[in-house]
Amino acid sequence: MPAYTLRINGEERDVDVTNDTPLLWVLRDHLDLPGTKFGCGISQCGACTVHVDGRPVRSCSYPVSAVGSSEVTTIEGLSENGDHPVQQAWLEHDVPQCGYCQAGQIMSAAALLNSNPNPSDADIDSAMNGNLCRCGTYLRIKRAIKTAAQNA
Amino acid sequence: MTVVKSNMDRRSFLKTIAVGGGGLMIGFSWMSCSGKEPLVQYDVNAYLKIDNYGGVTIFSPNPEIGQNVKTSMPLIVAEELDVDWDRVTVEQAALNTEKYDRQLAGGSQSIRHGWDSLRTAGATAKMMLVTAAANRWGVSPDQLTTEKGVITNTANGKTLTYGEVVDEAVNVPIPEEVTLKSPDDFTLIGNRIKNVDGEEIVTGKPLFGIDFKREGMVHAMIIHPPAFGMAMKSYDDSEARSMPGIQDIFTINTSIDEPQWSDVNAFNELLVITGDSTWEVMKAKRAINVEWEASGELENTSGHNSKLAEAVNSGSGEVARQDGNPDSVANRAATVVERTYTAPFIAHNTLEPMNFFADVKENSAELIGPIQTPEQLRGSASQLLGISEDNIIVDMTRMGGGFGRRLYGNFGLEAAAISKQIGTPVRLLYTREDDMTQGTYRPAYAIKYKASLDEDGNMLSFQARGTGMSESPLFANRFPAGTVDHYMSEDIPIQTNISTGAWRAPRSNFTAGAEQAFIDEVAEAAGKDPIDFRLELFERAMNNPVGSDNDYDPARYAGVLKLVREKSNWDTEMRGVYRGVSAYYCHNSYVAQVVDLEMVNDQPRIKKVWSAVDCGIVVNMEGALNQVEGGVIDGLGHALYSELTFEDGVPSASNFDNYRLIRNTEAPLEIETHFAQNQIHPTGLGEPGLPPVIGAYANALYKATGQRYYNQPFLMKEEQVENLGP
Repeated sequence: MPAYTLRINGEERDVDVTNDTPLLWVLRDHLDLPGTKFGCGISQCGACTVHVDGRPVRSCSYPVSAVGSSEVTTIEGLSENGDHPVQQAWLEHDVPQCGYCQAGQIMSAAALLNSNPNPSDADIDSAMNGNLCRCGTYLRIKRAIKTAAQNA
Repeated sequence: MTVVKSNMDRRSFLKTIAVGGGGLMIGFSWMSCSGKEPLVQYDVNAYLKIDNYGGVTIFSPNPEIGQNVKTSMPLIVAEELDVDWDRVTVEQAALNTEKYDRQLAGGSQSIRHGWDSLRTAGATAKMMLVTAAANRWGVSPDQLTTEKGVITNTANGKTLTYGEVVDEAVNVPIPEEVTLKSPDDFTLIGNRIKNVDGEEIVTGKPLFGIDFKREGMVHAMIIHPPAFGMAMKSYDDSEARSMPGIQDIFTINTSIDEPQWSDVNAFNELLVITGDSTWEVMKAKRAINVEWEASGELENTSGHNSKLAEAVNSGSGEVARQDGNPDSVANRAATVVERTYTAPFIAHNTLEPMNFFADVKENSAELIGPIQTPEQLRGSASQLLGISEDNIIVDMTRMGGGFGRRLYGNFGLEAAAISKQIGTPVRLLYTREDDMTQGTYRPAYAIKYKASLDEDGNMLSFQARGTGMSESPLFANRFPAGTVDHYMSEDIPIQTNISTGAWRAPRSNFTAGAEQAFIDEVAEAAGKDPIDFRLELFERAMNNPVGSDNDYDPARYAGVLKLVREKSNWDTEMRGVYRGVSAYYCHNSYVAQVVDLEMVNDQPRIKKVWSAVDCGIVVNMEGALNQVEGGVIDGLGHALYSELTFEDGVPSASNFDNYRLIRNTEAPLEIETHFAQNQIHPTGLGEPGLPPVIGAYANALYKATGQRYYNQPFLMKEEQVENLGP
C-alpha cells in the first residue's frame, strides 16, 4: 500500500492506506480525528466538510490520493481553543440540537468567511445549501454566521 | 412552596452511603488543588455528587437525542439544590434501573415524567446540606438560607459552602419530606441556558456513538435484503474474503423468543462483514454477490394506495368512539364537507446512521452507543446472548438525532451478535443506504373526514375514518371530540410487511395537518374566520362538553389560539402575505401556529411561522425555543418534500440524492415563538411543535394558490393521488 504523508491541522501525519480511501475515513479511522462526521458518503449532506487549502471539501468523496501537499484543516484544527469566531458565534446562538451536523456546518461557514468576510443572505444561502441539518437549526446557523462575520 | 414526600428511600442511596457509614469518597485528585486538600467527591444521591470545593456533578438520566434533556434535566436538579450553574458539570448516566425510572427518550415525556424526581433529588440534597450546617453551628435549620451553593445563618451572617459541609451532609438521615420551591422563586428555570455539550460539539469532540472506539475494536457492516418480503438465499464472498483488511464474512440471526415492542425489525437474518477499517469493509461489502429470494409479498405503492382508498371509502372500521348519530344528522344538514387526506411512508434519517459498539464475553456484555431505549435493548440482548441482565452494561452516547428511530434497537442487537460471533469488541456501522432502506418507517396514512353544518354555520357532526399501514393515525378522544354532539372516530389498520414505527410525534405528525386543514375548509363553508370557528368549538367544550373522555383542556387549547392570534396580528391583513392557522394538542402540550407565505416567482416562500405554545412551566427557554423552531422546520420539510414509495418491495430512495430533505434555503425566513405564562407542571417539547405547522402551511398555501392540498408531500405531487383525492 502506498504511504501518504498528509499535512493535517498543521502537523505532518503518515498513513498507510489504499489510494482510493476517502479522506473522511483516513481522519476517522487512522488519525483519531473523529470530529469530521459520516452522514451520506456521497457529498449530499455536508457532515464531512473539511478544508483543503482553505476551501470546503466533502471528505467522504475526496480520495486521500488527491490531497497531495495541500493543507487539510478539520474541526479539531479550526482553532486552538475553540475560539474561532464561527465556533464562538455557534455557542452564542446555542445553535446545536443533536449536534451531529455542526462540525460540517461550522467548516462550511468558516470557509465562506475566509473567502467572503461580509456575506449577503444570498451568499450564506448558497454556501450553506449543501449542509443538511436534520434537526432544523438553519435559522440559528444563519444568525450565527452573521454574528461571526461581525466579530471576525 | 410545596412539601412533598422525598421518596428518596434507601434504594436511591444504598450504593453510595452503605460503605463504612460515611459518605463514600468516590473521586480523588491532587491535580486541581496543589498545596491544598485533595479534591474529594461525595455521592449525595443518585443524581448528584458534590466535592469538597463545592463543585457539583449532576447526572442526566435520560438519553440525549438533540431534545436537550442533558441540559434541562440537570437544570431542574440545580434549581432546587440552589447551586451556581457555572459550578455544575453534567454527566450522562448509564442505564441503571435501580437508581432511575424511565431512562427512555420518547413521547416528549422526559421533562414531564422527571420533573418531580429531579426536583426532589435537588431539594433533598439541599436539605441534608442545610441540616449538616445547622448541626455544626448548633442552630435550627429554619434560620439558614441557601443561594448559589452557600448556606447563610440569617441570625449572624455566617456562611458555609456546600463543599465545606458535604462530608457531614452525606451522613445526615435522609429526610422523609422536603420542601420544594415555589415557581416564583425559581432563579435558573425559565432562563435561556445554553447546551452543556455546546463547546464539545463545536470543537468536534468524540461525543457520538460513531465516535466511540476501544483498543482491539473491529469494524463491521451488514448487508440486508434489498426488498421487504425478500430473504437471503445464498452468497458468494470469494472475492471479498481476499480483499485487504477483511477479517470475516458470516451471517447472523437476531431473532429472539419474546420480542418487546422495541424489537421492530423486518430483517433478522443478515450478512456481516468484519475488518480492520471502515473503508475496507465498505469496499468488500460491494464485492459480495448475494442471491435473494422472495419470502413474502413484494408490495407496491400502487397496491398500498388502493388498499388505503378502499379502507376510507368503503371499509368498515372499528368504532373507537361515537357520540349521537352523525350519519343521520349529516343526511339532514344544510352543508356537508367530505375530504380525504394522505401521507406516504417516510424514513427517520437521523444524520448519524445507525451504529453500536458491543463487547460480548462469555458471561458478560458491554453495549455502548446511541439508543433511545437502553432498558429494552438490555432485555432483548439478554435473550439473544443468554446472559443475565445484571451482567449487561448499556451506556448511552450522545445521539446524532433520534426522531423515534433509535427506539428500535435492532442495530444494538446486531452488534452484540457480531461481537459474540467473533469474540472481540466491534462497532457496527450502517451506511446511509443501509439506514434508509432498512425500514421502521413512519407508516403511510389516510383519513377521510366528514362534517356537517346547519344554515348558521354551526357544526352538527364530525366523522373521521382513519387507516394506515399498519396503524390508524386517529386519536378518538382528541379535538374535535367533545365539541360536537354527533361524532365518530373509526380505525382501519392495514397489514404490511414494510416495517413501521414511531416517527417524531407518531400519528400526530399526519393527523394534525389533515384535521387542521379540514377544519379550515369547514370553517370556510361555515363562512367564519378559522380562529373564531375553532374558538366557538372550544367554548362549547368548556361550557358543555360532549362525553367525559376528552383528553385535552379546551381552555388551554383556546389559550394558545388567542395568543397566536394576538402575536401574529391575525386580524390585520397584510398585502402579499397569505396566512394559514392551526392548533393541535399532543404529548401533553398545546401549540397553535400561523404560517405566512409570499409568492415569489409563482413559488410559495415561507416568510414567517408564528408559534404559541403551552407546555406549562418552561424549564429552559433557550432549549424550548430551539425545539419549537426545529419542530417547525422538520414538520414543514417532511410534509413538503419527503416520501418513500415501493416497487416490488424495494424502497424508492436510498440516500439524500434521491430522498429530499428540507435545506436551509427552503426553511422559513423567520420563526417567532411565544409561550403561555403559567405554573402548570411542565410537559415536553420534542414533538409538539411539529404536527400543527403542516396544517397551517396547507391552509396558507390554499390562500396563496386557491388550491387545497390533500396529499403529502405537498410540493412533490403535482397531481392528487388517484382514488384518494378530496
